Amino acid sequence: MSSFIDRLTNRNRKSANQAKDRLQLVLIHDRTNLSSVVLETMKDEIIAVITRHIDIEPDMVKIEINKDGRQQRLIADIPILGAKRRR
Amino acid sequence: MAGKVLTITSGKGGVGKTTITANLGVALASHNQKVVCIDGDIGLRNLDVVLGLENRIVYDIVDVVEGRCKLRQAMIRDKRIEGLFLIPAAQTRDKTAVSPSDMIRVCDELRPDFDWIIVDSPAGIERGFRNAIAPADHVLVVTNPEVSAVRDADRIIGIVEAEEKGPARLIINRIDPVMVERGDMISTEDIVELLAIELIGIIPEDSEVIISTNRGMPIALNGKSKAGQALQNIARRVTGETVPFLELSHQGGFIRQLGKIFSSGGSKNE
Repeated sequence: MSSFIDRLTNRNRKSANQAKDRLQLVLIHDRTNLSSVVLETMKDEIIAVITRHIDIEPDMVKIEINKDGRQQRLIADIPILGAKRRR
Repeated sequence: MAGKVLTITSGKGGVGKTTITANLGVALASHNQKVVCIDGDIGLRNLDVVLGLENRIVYDIVDVVEGRCKLRQAMIRDKRIEGLFLIPAAQTRDKTAVSPSDMIRVCDELRPDFDWIIVDSPAGIERGFRNAIAPADHVLVVTNPEVSAVRDADRIIGIVEAEEKGPARLIINRIDPVMVERGDMISTEDIVELLAIELIGIIPEDSEVIISTNRGMPIALNGKSKAGQALQNIARRVTGETVPFLELSHQGGFIRQLGKIFSSGGSKNE
């Protein structure tokens, strides 16, 4: 149902807004040379490294690229469950 | 005189680089600047026809670089506009006939005699483009309000930055205010936000451009056309003047223009 509404609203969206949204993603990938596949791989590797030291919730991890003028930033949001007990 | 090199480039073809080069040349020359336009598109020359000087070519830039003529012999003087010259591209050679260091040498030789050396870059990011940005003091990137042109402009801006020829400034060409208002064309504001560089000009879609190109009479000579006015304004901004952007809203029709004329006491703005 929701996907039906999504599709409907998407069709009604102004084409200029669609162009802008699509460009936003394309430009980030062009500028960083990072595809969404590479980003996904990186995310898995980051999760693997971090879980060696602390408990996190892998499904809640968010890795994204933010734009600041012509500069891009890699932002990782990793919720921590609690440090592993150590001596 | 210590002339400045102004390179017009875009990445994508067909966005209006040559028309803009020709018209900035005309506009700057009509403001008493001494200008030479160089066609950087070797093998696909066109700046000569847009300027209406195609019948006067004897030598071209490749002849200069390969020593078959003096630089002065390859310069065609525009008889209609005082202080405007063209150095045409070769038509029977390819981009590799000229190197970036050749371009730097030619421009350095021109600097003492001119205020502005405007280089019309070919499309693409290969040799011809590299030749065109090598001597640049200022780079103007031309785009259209379309996804492909904006994407290519972004690539070019990145390369210009990496080559330390930046910061490039942006010209948005062929904007249709009616389509923007309807939400069917990316707006100036959105393009500037996406590309994150300084805007130096907005040129509206204008059928007069094709007509003036048919005649070989650059549109900047036509004070009545919107595109001509926009190009004149860009030329003034290039020289450092602060000029407000043209009002392009399509509601700026007859009635609104009348209102404006009356409210400003009959003075003609822009």
